[in-house]
Amino acid sequence: MAKYLLLKHYRGAPTAVNDVPMARWTPEEVDAHVQYMRDFADRLRGTGEFVGEQALSEKGMWVRSDGQGRPPVTDGPFAETKDLIAGWMIIDVDSQDRAIELAGELSAAPGAGGAPIHEWLEVRPLYGEPSTITE
Amino acid sequence: MVDEARLRALIPTVIGILGRRGAGFAAAEDAVQEALVEAVRVWPEDPPRDPQGWLVTVAWRRYLDAVRADTSRRRREERVDDEPAPGPAPDVDDTLQLYFLCAHPSLSPASAVALTLRAVGGLTTRQIAQAYLVPEATMAQRISRAKRTLSGVRFSDPGDLATVLHVLYLVFNEGYSGDVDLAAEAIRLTRQLAARTDDEEVAGLLALMLLHSARRPARTRPDGSLVPLAEQDRSLWDTGLIAEGVDVLQAALRRDRLGGYQAQAAIAALHADARTAEETDWVQIVEWYDELVRLTGNPVARLNRAVAVGEADGPRAGLAALAELDAALPRYTAVAAYLHERDGNRATAARLYADAARAADNLAERDHLTRQAARLNAGPRT
Repeated sequence: MAKYLLLKHYRGAPTAVNDVPMARWTPEEVDAHVQYMRDFADRLRGTGEFVGEQALSEKGMWVRSDGQGRPPVTDGPFAETKDLIAGWMIIDVDSQDRAIELAGELSAAPGAGGAPIHEWLEVRPLYGEPSTITE
Repeated sequence: MVDEARLRALIPTVIGILGRRGAGFAAAEDAVQEALVEAVRVWPEDPPRDPQGWLVTVAWRRYLDAVRADTSRRRREERVDDEPAPGPAPDVDDTLQLYFLCAHPSLSPASAVALTLRAVGGLTTRQIAQAYLVPEATMAQRISRAKRTLSGVRFSDPGDLATVLHVLYLVFNEGYSGDVDLAAEAIRLTRQLAARTDDEEVAGLLALMLLHSARRPARTRPDGSLVPLAEQDRSLWDTGLIAEGVDVLQAALRRDRLGGYQAQAAIAALHADARTAEETDWVQIVEWYDELVRLTGNPVARLNRAVAVGEADGPRAGLAALAELDAALPRYTAVAAYLHERDGNRATAARLYADAARAADNLAERDHLTRQAARLNAGPRT
């Protein structure tokens, strides 16, 4: 088994096929989208492949140290940021093929007009444990 | 204190007893798991005089509760007596049958691993979930799906020893995470299997595990970073485990039915036999890799053979052996980096180590390879 992180972006991913901002959807379309996401996670719970998920607020800021004895420097919110993550899900699956298959299903969540969004998701492998036997 | 190892060792026997009383595998296994969780809760305060009897009684009660709930739901008549007569006298080994069932070829490796750890290993779902870093509910689903897959398989159907060994190998090789020592658990289960079978490859796998386990104290630094075999402090190796592994292996090899696990154990035994890395008998190790490649055709074995050839016949020979392999193999680039450095080509080696670090699939290996690149990039030292 291997764990993969599926990343959904507010900004920064290549343009989706059905690229209409969520605020322009009808309320029913928003409901249908949310329900699709819930059903998808529930199905993965049922198959024993679900590890976790969280959605992220668009708010936030950059933070860095400014040296000892000084408060950290902040910058933002992210008006200038090209890449903004909207949420993540971690799955634990048999193969990379399975991870891609699931990301494909998630990408087909319905959007404007009830049609699949076909949005681009980022699929990233997590590091596993080192094998005991390597020789 | 509950002796958890003793408690866990009873689990397959108790599942077998419920099976003999007429419970199907899935229901028996569920009931025994519930009894196990109850035992972990209750025994520390109130240890039973007869642990196995206690488990059988509690598990059977849970089984009957589940059957009653099921039958009343379906409005069927009860067909199960409270205390049925014991089944026929044991003529098959229930525990051995459980190994076969839990590693049934119809299951995915991950499902077989989970089910084996629960039904044969006697671990709780929570412990298995922690070991594999998934939520408990996810692991519970994985196990119940695996049991549904097995619903058409009879408890006594003959099993496939090769899949059992592969499952135990996977449990061992994924090593340690969380509070369950999976490597130790794999050794316990393989030892138990070896006591019940007369098969050279079971012995070979047990020897392989013992010999690798012996190196464990030397494999990582206190900060968790990996120590390559050549740099390990061999005085830390567990000589008791080495002696046992070598004994088990020699007994298996004497029977002259070689298999892949025996060949891998033979390679580990040759490493164990060298008091220093320089004393390693690489020529013999290459011969064993030739056997291993012949027996399994495994591409990873070919890759490791190229490393051994590099040690036995020099880095050029190793690079020539490497050139015949698929560059997409995991750790191919790391091996290339190592051989190029041995060949005196530091710049190429540094670049390849950096590439290999990016391709690593675990953090400890990435950090190790990054340090190798950094060491070479820091310039030659005299």
